[in-house]
Amino acid sequence: MKALLSAFGAGALFSAGLSVAGMTRPSKVLAFLDLAGAWDPSLMLVMCGAIGVHGLYWLFDGKRDRALLGGAVERPSKTGVDKRLLLGAALFGVGWGLGGYCPGPAVASLGAGSRDAVVFVLAMLAGLWVCDRVVPAPER
Amino acid sequence: MNVQGFTPLPALLGGALLGLSASWLLAANGRVAGISGIVAGALPGSGGAPRAWRGAFLAGLVLMAAALAALSPALFATPEGRPWWLLGLSGLLTGFGTRLGGGCTSGHGVCGLSRRSPRSLAATGTFMALGFLTVYLARHVLGGAS
Repeated sequence: MKALLSAFGAGALFSAGLSVAGMTRPSKVLAFLDLAGAWDPSLMLVMCGAIGVHGLYWLFDGKRDRALLGGAVERPSKTGVDKRLLLGAALFGVGWGLGGYCPGPAVASLGAGSRDAVVFVLAMLAGLWVCDRVVPAPER
Repeated sequence: MNVQGFTPLPALLGGALLGLSASWLLAANGRVAGISGIVAGALPGSGGAPRAWRGAFLAGLVLMAAALAALSPALFATPEGRPWWLLGLSGLLTGFGTRLGGGCTSGHGVCGLSRRSPRSLAATGTFMALGFLTVYLARHVLGGAS
């Protein structure tokens, strides 16, 4: 139960971060991606703030192997760069550039009742489902 | 270069909150705050992956947004009149691509770069580059409204 409350709190904090940063407004994200237009560099600072804080966490507590609320600390095991990673990231980049939503802000915006987010998330779930059907993989 | 709409302080503050959330989830729950992975693992039929914490995280994400939208709807403003097919195509590519590439802006961009993962650096460089290219083509070559 404690672990669920903790995950709920982390999700709420994540949501607050996204909306304060402006990432839940597709127009702001698209303005960051529009280098040749009226460019809005804000997203660079969002990344700096996030990586600054989380990078510091890694520096000081990166060797932790047991979580505070029990259980092992999850560690992504893959390290190499492969075609699957690059193709996936490239397709996501095109999707991001078309809509200005990435998964976090899109899911959060469901709570705000955004019609655009509903259409986007339904399609995102379909894309995920299709990927699992056409690209069978034991681990990603 | 023509810079407009730059909001450095909210951007840094919001980013710091994202970093705090990712650190909290990792320290307390031992989990990585990658949203595409959390969504995928929360779905029925996602194998043996534990689903409860993912559901709780997503509930926090959605409910906090609902509360913030009640205070300030402008935080979630969307461009007027975007066609459904554009959002659908965008979502489809995002779902397929993040599943194939094992992460999105949060999992690779925030969590992966914070622990200096070469995979995440390659993924982040790639989706940013394609994001720039897509907006350039849509706005300045094809002249679309995206």
